[in-house]
Amino acid sequence: MMMNGYDNPAWEKVKLARHPKRPTAVSLIKRLFPDFLELHGDRQFGDDPAIIGGLATFAGRAITVIAQEKGTTTDEKIHRNFGMPHPEGYRKAIRLMRQAEKFHRPVVCIIDTPGAYPGIGAEERSQAQAIAWNLREMMRLQIPVVIVVLGEGGSGGALGIGVGDTVAMFENSIYSILSPEGFAAILFKDAVQAPQAAALMKLTPEDLYGFGVIDAIIPEGPGIHIDAEPGFAAAGEFIARSLATLCDRPIAKLLNDRYRKFRHMGDFYEMQEHQGEAHETKD
Amino acid sequence: MPDSLNERKEKLAKFRKTILNKEETSCPVNIPDGLFVQCEKCQNVVYQRVLDANDGVCPQCGFHFKINAAKRLTLTVDPGSFIERDIDLESKNPLGMPEYEKKLAIGKEASGMKDAFRSGTAIIGGHPVAIGVLDSTFMMGSMGSVVGEKVTRLIELATDKKLPLVIFSASGGARMQEGILSLMQMAKTAAALALFHEAGLLYISVLTNPTTGGVAASFASLGDINIAEKSSLIGFAGPRVIKQTIRQELPDGFQTDQFQLKHGAVDLIVERKAMRTTLIRLLGFHEGRCQ
Repeated sequence: MMMNGYDNPAWEKVKLARHPKRPTAVSLIKRLFPDFLELHGDRQFGDDPAIIGGLATFAGRAITVIAQEKGTTTDEKIHRNFGMPHPEGYRKAIRLMRQAEKFHRPVVCIIDTPGAYPGIGAEERSQAQAIAWNLREMMRLQIPVVIVVLGEGGSGGALGIGVGDTVAMFENSIYSILSPEGFAAILFKDAVQAPQAAALMKLTPEDLYGFGVIDAIIPEGPGIHIDAEPGFAAAGEFIARSLATLCDRPIAKLLNDRYRKFRHMGDFYEMQEHQGEAHETKD
Repeated sequence: MPDSLNERKEKLAKFRKTILNKEETSCPVNIPDGLFVQCEKCQNVVYQRVLDANDGVCPQCGFHFKINAAKRLTLTVDPGSFIERDIDLESKNPLGMPEYEKKLAIGKEASGMKDAFRSGTAIIGGHPVAIGVLDSTFMMGSMGSVVGEKVTRLIELATDKKLPLVIFSASGGARMQEGILSLMQMAKTAAALALFHEAGLLYISVLTNPTTGGVAASFASLGDINIAEKSSLIGFAGPRVIKQTIRQELPDGFQTDQFQLKHGAVDLIVERKAMRTTLIRLLGFHEGRCQ
């Protein structure tokens, strides 16, 4: 089964999501939030260049922006660790989100990461705890949170800034439990079979929309690697529309809706639905 | 059968054949599989029955072997107090992933469970608790929709009944066969813990060997008290992935229970023999409340 090129749309999306000419978060921020003012540091260990955060005004409101940044030039990519955050990145993100909550600013998170960085320092400072903490805290932030997946939504590293009231993906982005290469290495014992893995993984915006994991797909026109403007403008419209709706919502309802949204994710059988099934308890 | 045991048997046969020039004619000692196991730490061969009687702890070096959920419950709760819940949940194959049904069947066969998590209410030293145990014999204790749902229901039950929550984790992480739905179980379980936390209730998370990936990066790391059981590997990324990424050898003791204690990720390391009494003490500290 050779599935490359046009007979494998999932792999096409993977390639577009990682396209060298695909604009990164700083471009999107520059376009949508021209008065963006960056704020640094987690107040505990350091400042992670893979996650940027700061203030901006958007559609007449002050907002807090959090974004994973991969970098464009080689030097930038190295500086940004290819968009793979360390724990201090997640801790900076939640610090700025708490700050946003204090000053009643909505939060916009832009996701673009291959994954949280798997390294010695990251483990020493507990990457797992940093991500887990954000999942719990973001669930209860008393302000609207809008999530946009710009390029790669890489596993827990993406989800660590990915809990919100509405979640949208760019048309040519992906969001998955691990990279197609990692998936292929486990499933086929061969990372080279990533295209085949991508076809099985259900990682396209259409797949995720079908599962109810995301709420909207942002159209890109020709693709933002060719012309960023149509996709960026559409993203701006999506964020503006979401904030207009969410900011009017009473906090209790906002939080309840956010809980329900994630609470219902998953798919399984429960035998109780079938009459007459034997129940047995083992101990 | 552990390799070294087989090696020894082969060596013995070779020794007889070549040195003593004698075929193994008299009935050889045929050791049935599962009678002995090899300790992965001290390499000594341990009689399975001795190991079981010692709660799965190597009598030679104190290494803690993995134990299944049933054994864990027996060691932890007051006899007969465990009332299991949510036993009717079974995994689907929502992505249509090849081989997944087969893997589920193997997991069921190996563990006698429908999926990797058992949960319910129990009493520990007189303290009523909501308790859950991941079982690594079922697909590495990985978290798909069923595990995520059962963990979430357990947390919601504890919130509703105002019970302290104890979860023993043992997991390779999120279950890749269910793709993005597995990933979202991380958010789901953390969501339930957010409400539990706001209700002012106690969550003791016990991280056992191994606790990594999406389980480590969600409910397992969110205890008011995080306990590492002795001999546990705990971390976000697996050692193999880290080694491939950084292209260098990992330091000794990387991601062990001691490593996690040293770097502040867990409150304490507890030996299996002391786990129940430690839980009872911790539950006791949280009984009385200053008004």
